[in-house]
Amino acid sequence: MTATAPMPASVKKPQNVQKEDAMWLQKELINSNYHDLATAHQNGRKVSATFVPGNLNELLMCFDFARSLPETNALQNGMRKKSGKMIMDAERDGQSEDVCTYVKADLGMMMGGEIGPTGEVLPRPDLLLLSYTGCFTFMKWFELIRHKYGCETVMLHVPYQGEGRIAPNMRDYVVRQLKETVIPTLERISGVKFDIDRLRQYMRESQKAEDDLVAVLQSAKNRPSPIDGYFGAVYYIGPIFTAFRGMPEATEYYRVLRREIEQRVREGKGPVTPEGEMGEEKYRLVVEGPPNWTSFREFWKMFYDEGAVVVSSTYAKVGGLYDFGFRHDADRPLESLAEYCLGCYTNLNLPSRIDMICRYIDEYQADGLLINSIKSCNSFSAGQLLILREVEKRTGKPAAFIETDLVDPRYFSAANVKNRLESYFQMVKAKRVAAGAH
Amino acid sequence: MRCFIGIDLGSTTTKAVVIDENQNILGRGITNSRSNYDTAAAIAKQEALVNSRFHLFREALGSAGALDGALDAFLAQLERDFRSEQYLEQLGDLAATCQRSLATAKFGDATAAVGVALTEVFGRLAAEAPQLFAPGAKRKSDFFRDIAGSQYLATGEAVAKEAGIRYDFLLNVFDRSIIEVENRVYGDSIRRHLLAALERTFVALPDTAARRQQVEAPIKGILDMDMEETYVVGTGYGRARLPFSKEHIRSEILCHGLGAHMMHPGTATVLDIGGQDTKAIQVDPHGIVESFQMNDRCAAGCGRYLGYIADEMNMGLHELGPMAMKSTKTIRINSTCTVFAGAELRDRLSLGDRREDIMAGLHRAIILRAMSILARSGGIRNEFTFTGGVAKNEAAVKALKDLVRENYGDLKLNINPDSIYTGALGGATFAWRAVVEEGKVAEARQ
Repeated sequence: MTATAPMPASVKKPQNVQKEDAMWLQKELINSNYHDLATAHQNGRKVSATFVPGNLNELLMCFDFARSLPETNALQNGMRKKSGKMIMDAERDGQSEDVCTYVKADLGMMMGGEIGPTGEVLPRPDLLLLSYTGCFTFMKWFELIRHKYGCETVMLHVPYQGEGRIAPNMRDYVVRQLKETVIPTLERISGVKFDIDRLRQYMRESQKAEDDLVAVLQSAKNRPSPIDGYFGAVYYIGPIFTAFRGMPEATEYYRVLRREIEQRVREGKGPVTPEGEMGEEKYRLVVEGPPNWTSFREFWKMFYDEGAVVVSSTYAKVGGLYDFGFRHDADRPLESLAEYCLGCYTNLNLPSRIDMICRYIDEYQADGLLINSIKSCNSFSAGQLLILREVEKRTGKPAAFIETDLVDPRYFSAANVKNRLESYFQMVKAKRVAAGAH
Repeated sequence: MRCFIGIDLGSTTTKAVVIDENQNILGRGITNSRSNYDTAAAIAKQEALVNSRFHLFREALGSAGALDGALDAFLAQLERDFRSEQYLEQLGDLAATCQRSLATAKFGDATAAVGVALTEVFGRLAAEAPQLFAPGAKRKSDFFRDIAGSQYLATGEAVAKEAGIRYDFLLNVFDRSIIEVENRVYGDSIRRHLLAALERTFVALPDTAARRQQVEAPIKGILDMDMEETYVVGTGYGRARLPFSKEHIRSEILCHGLGAHMMHPGTATVLDIGGQDTKAIQVDPHGIVESFQMNDRCAAGCGRYLGYIADEMNMGLHELGPMAMKSTKTIRINSTCTVFAGAELRDRLSLGDRREDIMAGLHRAIILRAMSILARSGGIRNEFTFTGGVAKNEAAVKALKDLVRENYGDLKLNINPDSIYTGALGGATFAWRAVVEEGKVAEARQ
């Protein structure tokens, strides 16, 4: 692919794409944040960049920061077919082929004048808030940005859940950093004094939204599932995992979404796909790993065309594992922020991830596990084959493995992925037939 | 009779297998995929059905006892005569097509002379035809394009020289005509050709002519029998081209798994190294795939690797294995990247290593890559069945045996001489299961 090659999907954009009402609302929210960012400095607001997993959105809002999430920027650029050129620009600038493609898309975007996914110029951040949750690359990523822009960096070190649980001293360690380093830095840079009651108020909003999100994600336990817990869920998790958690707009979004989904359950309807209502539900899957963004629609189509619905995915928990009970708690604001950071999916060890997937397969009555292994994401990919074997062994359900990438369009081989997926679906079907016949 | 058919539309060749009500293999057919899957599928299927009729001739003649002791020779002659009949019809067709192509060619004054030359070329080709199908004659390929092509090139050159016309005029006409002829399916001619071939066979084998009555009756009986295409299952990269509904399509992974199980019922792990991919498949005791892994993102270590090496060495693909078998020393080739391995190969040659030893190293490299895919799929279990074009390569098989023993101990390794038909056999078995076990009926493509 050359840098100037036109991307076909962006050309045929105006076609009639079907979305749920909540999906349109979600799109508006995400776009409005880009506008907020673009106008932040004009409006006298400071900008903080911070990563999605275990982000401290409520805390940043206490200091009136506009929030920019680099992974979201990269994936939005990926979905809008802009990331290919950005990645190649970053490679030309000296980044290796094996570096995380989110990082390269971000660096490439900077080189192109920081023009964001919506076409508005994104501001230089005033602060990089690095909450380090399981992904080592995050640290290097902000190091590169700091080097480029010379902006201030504050790091929150979140201990890895190596033992598969959050020990009290781990939580205390995070809380202490919040008190001693993070909050003072945020105060200094923003010029706003920290008000813990303001934080509590945001957290109450978060909690309402979290309850509704869990109800939406768990609606997939119905047959047919009214949602796709992977391709659909990436829309649903957008606001809560990014700049909107804690805002009344997000709470309203999740209220509307939940109402919409509960209506679908009552009507016995399946998920809405970009081409309308999905046909008969033939396969129920659990998916591990992030989706491919550059060919997102094509990728999704390979599932719904075959009647495959993802009932649950680990990726939809990348910003927090609400379905196992965690909620932001206004009564213990800093402690619950710490627990939130500690509990996000990328911070879990392999046995915990395996337990979680087995539990999903059981609770959501799934036919099996599919792993989408991301070429440039070591955090997710390390150990995935072990996960696959162990889940197969424990559940007796078939598992399959495909390989794509996040936002590098060169690593999505449609024919191969499709071939593998079809084989997998047929394998599930053949096993069912065999179970009936023998 | 009811026939269950599997068609495997591969990137290079298209294969078909026909099985009967009791899952016995009746016939197999193969043709080049010729970048036209519709025709390839139709021809492979037709070939498999013809092959099935020959199988049934054998059974019928055998049980009638009409040709005691002479059955094999008779059927071999009948098949050669049949091929010869087919070839002559296609040749006639090609001659007519070439003349038509000539009419639209812009050869100016030379046109008439080229026309005369074409007539001469095809006259000679027809005269040479019987030799091509004589007993013991060796043909490099059984595909019309290959046989007629090589004959035409040789004869054409001689004729052009004699007639004093430009050879490239003849090539031009051929190139523009062969695809059209190749993409014609001669389904309606089969019966006629078989009957004509039967007459030729009686002439060639006068002893059998004396028993004409006893021989003809069972053959005509089989010819009159309807071979109903009860259910067809398609697989391989061109599978979506088949004129059936999605119900008739299976992925080649499932078909390879089931096909390997049908050939060797004890199969637990299957390795298939084909032209463009390598698959490691685990199957259950019913031949149903339990898990699989394939080479991803890059085609390193698949059959094409050897094709590339053969080109680099200016050798034929089939010469690589025998050369590697003469190796006396282990040379490690590290690269699994096809192009880099080519560079390593030249480097080794310049260092003075023997070609035989380098070849053995290359075969080991391709198998190492397969071992890693096998490990990803869950390892090798007993019995282990190796399929695909590379399974025909003795050096690859040797490297595989060594590595399997080193890593997994002594296991039973199955390599079937008909392994190229594994996917098609799996497809045919799926067709059988669909009808006999699941009560399905054929559905057309929507």
